[in-house]
Amino acid sequence: MSLWLVLAVNSVTLGGLLFLLSAGFSLIFGLMRIPNLTHGSFFMLGGYFAASLIEWGLGFWPAALVSGLLVAALGGVVERLVLRRLAGAELAQVLVTLGLSFMIADVCLKVWTGDPVRIDTPRGLQGVTTVGSFAFPTYRLAISLVAVGFAAALWLLMDRTRLGAMIRAGVDDPDMARVAGIRVSRLFTIVFCLGAWLAGFAGVIGGPILSVYPGLDQEMLPLALVVVILGGSGSLLGSLVGSFVVGFLYNFGQAMFPELAYVVLFLPMLLVLVVRPQGLFGRTAV
Amino acid sequence: MRRLALAAALAVLAALPLWAGGTFYINIGSQILLYAVFALGINILVGYAGLVSLGHAGLLGIAAYTAARLLNGGHGHLVAVALALALTLAAAALFATLALRGSGSGIGFVMITLAIGQIVWGVAYRWISITNGDNGISIGARPSPLGLSLASPAHFYWATLVVFLAALGSVAILVASPFGASLRGTRDQPRRMAALGYHVWMIRFLAFLLSGLWSGVAGLLFLYYNQFVSPQAVALTASAEALLMVISGGSGTLLGPVVGAALVVVMKNVASAYIERWNFVLGAIFVAIVVFMPEGLVPGAARLWRRAILQWTPRPSVAASGERPAR
Repeated sequence: MSLWLVLAVNSVTLGGLLFLLSAGFSLIFGLMRIPNLTHGSFFMLGGYFAASLIEWGLGFWPAALVSGLLVAALGGVVERLVLRRLAGAELAQVLVTLGLSFMIADVCLKVWTGDPVRIDTPRGLQGVTTVGSFAFPTYRLAISLVAVGFAAALWLLMDRTRLGAMIRAGVDDPDMARVAGIRVSRLFTIVFCLGAWLAGFAGVIGGPILSVYPGLDQEMLPLALVVVILGGSGSLLGSLVGSFVVGFLYNFGQAMFPELAYVVLFLPMLLVLVVRPQGLFGRTAV
Repeated sequence: MRRLALAAALAVLAALPLWAGGTFYINIGSQILLYAVFALGINILVGYAGLVSLGHAGLLGIAAYTAARLLNGGHGHLVAVALALALTLAAAALFATLALRGSGSGIGFVMITLAIGQIVWGVAYRWISITNGDNGISIGARPSPLGLSLASPAHFYWATLVVFLAALGSVAILVASPFGASLRGTRDQPRRMAALGYHVWMIRFLAFLLSGLWSGVAGLLFLYYNQFVSPQAVALTASAEALLMVISGGSGTLLGPVVGAALVVVMKNVASAYIERWNFVLGAIFVAIVVFMPEGLVPGAARLWRRAILQWTPRPSVAASGERPAR
């Protein structure tokens, strides 16, 4: 019984991390129509930056904030200097993000070596919290709460603010949005930075559970892809639902069929593609 | 003139083991040819159908792993090769059905092929009872078709050359055929093609199968060349490298992928002798080619050449920018 509960908690935690990762991916894809293949690298970079910052004496949360901002700045540079030059050439943009992800991975290997880097759990959140007769690891609960908080904040941003309305307009019909006087190219930069920031931040708060190691980028990227294929691109709700579905499938799959965890992950994606190719919450394909 | 050049190129290629001077160079020649087969297969999709796949290393891996398992299970080479190719085709059919399902074409295709490719990698890495996990599978010996042993590098090179020429010929025939024309039609004007009564989905599906078949053949060559296969062969880096071959040489051209394969294999072998950061170089080349020479080396060099000639001959001429070379 308690094994299942532990698995469920782990699933919710992974789901929360995946939501932070895939929400940005999904927004970028929805708005700019490019799968940003550096997204896994942003996640990994966030973790590495935070590990170094903490080593230099910064606290966990300030480090999380700063490394998120560093990754966002990097995302902005990539968008402005590289992707902007290739505007309209979607294929070229995909390939450039792939090339960049290899470069980032190799630089990380050089700087932080091949050994996994651990990030310690912040002091206040170590240990367990007892609810009724069950003991939950406090930090995992905290991650779930943070993810829920971000989901609410992102929903408010997208649904209640002027910026959110502009982004939604850009996702639905970039040409009409442009005609209506929205500077869609500036939205690109904002959304790309936001997505990078979310990914970097997720990498930091995922650090104490996953630790940071070479190959983490290529491990997280397909998970984000599956989330977006499941949930539908450009939809926050889709990312949220998709993340938790993937979180549960991955953890339970790994526990029950350790050799086939990836295949278990693959089945719902297959089902969604056959039954509803635009994803559970995606609009009909343009 | 053209035929003469072709015959000369063929003679040079066939005689490579005689002039290359050393096993090392003969093996590099074999590698170039086997990756050229792979790149030619991918180019059918990327170049002629306009569908970019990042999951083709998965198909290569399926062929290699199936054959390796069957060979180690005591089956003959013929059975292993036939079953491996059959399974690869079946997998390609499944991949194609899913990937073409996404948004029909374009970017959804990249994402889905990438996700499927990573799943194949996950299976190769994790399903240890079948794939032996990270340790990979070794096979005993290379086959001896028609009584000729392929154990020596030169013999293996010649066998690879024969397969390569078959691949090149099949793609050349495909491109010149009505099917090839309709495939390019679905790349450039899918809606118009559908309106004209072509079954766009079926054309793409068949192109995927053919591309999968040559990827499978490349997988078998890969297995016999290395006599070993591990999850590394299936990783995203492998798919990306193959895509780089196609794009660097020039996608949608017949010889582009071959030039690209030679470029990447030579770079990889030369670069790895001097620097250990091959992945960084790979990524940097990717970025540089996409930004500066998006049409690839073969058409790109042709364009620069034409421009240079235009500068020296001051007469009005048709601007050649952005057009695909007629072929």
